[in-house]
Amino acid sequence: MKITKIASLLLLLAIALAFPLLFPNPAVTGIAVFTLLFAMATTGWNIFSGYSGYIALGQGGYFGLGAYALALLCQGWNVPGGYLPFCLVPLAGLAAALVAIPLGWIALRARRHTFVVITIALFFILQLLAYNLTGLTRGSTGLSLPIPADWSGDFFNIPFYYVTLLALLITIGISWWIRNSKYGLGLLAIRDDEDRASGLGVRTGPFKLSAYIISAFIIGMTGALWAYFVEAIYPATAFDPLFDVAIALMAFLGGLGSLTGPLLGALILEPAQQYFPLQFSQNSYYLIIYGALFLIVILLMPRGIIPTFQVHWRIYQTGNETGGRSPHSVITTSLTKDHKNNMKKSDSA
Amino acid sequence: MSLIVDAIITGILTGAVYALMASGLTLIFGVMELINIGQGILIILGAYLSYILEQYLHIDLFLGLLITMPLLFFLGFLIEVLLIRPIQHDRTVLSILVTFGIALVIEGLLNLIFSANYIQLHAWYVTASFPIGDFYLSYIYVFDFLLAIVLLGGLYLLLYRSKFGRSVRASMQNRTAATLIGIDVERISAITFGIGVALAAAGGMAFGSTNAFNANSSYDLISRLLAIIIFGGMGSLSGALIASVSMLVIENITAVIWSPVWASTIFFILLVVILALRPQGLLGQVEGRAQ
Repeated sequence: MKITKIASLLLLLAIALAFPLLFPNPAVTGIAVFTLLFAMATTGWNIFSGYSGYIALGQGGYFGLGAYALALLCQGWNVPGGYLPFCLVPLAGLAAALVAIPLGWIALRARRHTFVVITIALFFILQLLAYNLTGLTRGSTGLSLPIPADWSGDFFNIPFYYVTLLALLITIGISWWIRNSKYGLGLLAIRDDEDRASGLGVRTGPFKLSAYIISAFIIGMTGALWAYFVEAIYPATAFDPLFDVAIALMAFLGGLGSLTGPLLGALILEPAQQYFPLQFSQNSYYLIIYGALFLIVILLMPRGIIPTFQVHWRIYQTGNETGGRSPHSVITTSLTKDHKNNMKKSDSA
Repeated sequence: MSLIVDAIITGILTGAVYALMASGLTLIFGVMELINIGQGILIILGAYLSYILEQYLHIDLFLGLLITMPLLFFLGFLIEVLLIRPIQHDRTVLSILVTFGIALVIEGLLNLIFSANYIQLHAWYVTASFPIGDFYLSYIYVFDFLLAIVLLGGLYLLLYRSKFGRSVRASMQNRTAATLIGIDVERISAITFGIGVALAAAGGMAFGSTNAFNANSSYDLISRLLAIIIFGGMGSLSGALIASVSMLVIENITAVIWSPVWASTIFFILLVVILALRPQGLLGQVEGRAQ
């Protein structure tokens, strides 16, 4: 079991590494870069919202902050286009995380619905600031990033692909570590019942805030990578309300709170999201189709793909194992199995 | 000085219109504990419906409300029954995503039908104005204000002076207990959602007669309305009224004494300060354990 798992993970990694060699068409690799970016953002979003159950719909603000931070850093230090701006990406993420400290503190004083609405309002405040702080952001004129002049058309997407893939793997590593640590268990306890968790000794305040900041850091880095990739950023594109909901939808489609769910959601939805506008010249058709898809997914699969699949898998597995044993052992195996699964819900996925 | 008086008066008049738009949102939240992100686009839909009636059938904007409000009531009723009631668990988040999905579909349809050009509703009272002291005030501001007062008053009477209102308030306080004493909470929810969306029709007419709009205006609108209802306290009608009037007055005064660019930012900064001190908003209740 363990060997097949490792083998299949290695196979997936090999496919991911070989992808640009197999499909060198720039249009395809472009979509692949966007997909990896969204997979990274969704995984980062899941670390806070998926594990702790606090749905933040304003994390797009940190995406924009990361994008603007990288643009301003490159401008301020006269960084030339090339591989150097990639080194500044963690700094841009750090800038987003710094802003997330006070904002997260304010938002996390409220719970449930109020928290959701506050995060949306904070997002719009950041967007307004990007429009209005014209001295820094040049308002709706936008900022441009250094252009790597010596990367030819066909090669352009390749460095972005591998850097984003590396960042995504690190993000998955962080998410996996949190999922299996005592810290992650505390976050899951907060999701299940916050008052009881705090009664059991989970320091809910610092737990929630730190997860919020980690998620803002990762999403900020995604924003910075995205900004360097698209080369020109505007308040309307860097602070996009659709981004907030897109990552939430991706996480929901795959399975909120699981490790692989958000990845799967991003892998399915983002290529579609990139492909539709290419097919329909008019933006309206895209909105209608996307909205309708949205409604269908949520109403038909409110739990997401991975958890739905897991329930069936578990039933199938217990059914297989129980063949030919005494009724007593059936009960105990299924009990311990259930217990284990409750302890680390779905991390086997 | 007279500029500031002007700013305060128009702030109060338009503030009432924002209170009308926010009342639907906060009513739906109070009863059903769900945030209708689609409220912004439904308001714009109401404005477009008034536009159609006025342009093609030459029906007066205010008379047209007698048609658009029932229409949107049924739309809201249907949305609740078909799309929101089926959500079984994780209602908070899923309802936000569902209403956002609805908003996207409506936005796409409106873009398709009306294109992205900005339009404004027309009537004689939109362009005509009368003098008060040193400045001129357009009739439409006064008429919209009166409309908002009449509808908010009607909503107050409905909620606090009728049997239906008692059931609504009981459902607001405690869904389970309301069900136990024989209130049909599902029916109340559907009707409340309908009323909330019908209020969007009236708010849309009032918004469209004082502002140029297109389908994209809904984002700006919903962000302001959400800010208003958290400022006032989620689920509180009087909180929404206080918050919207203070929002518009603060914006107008900032625009006069500093710069129009910073007008809405100041309100949002004030909102952050209020939230840091009082997370539940001005008149909101503290959220504790789920029932």
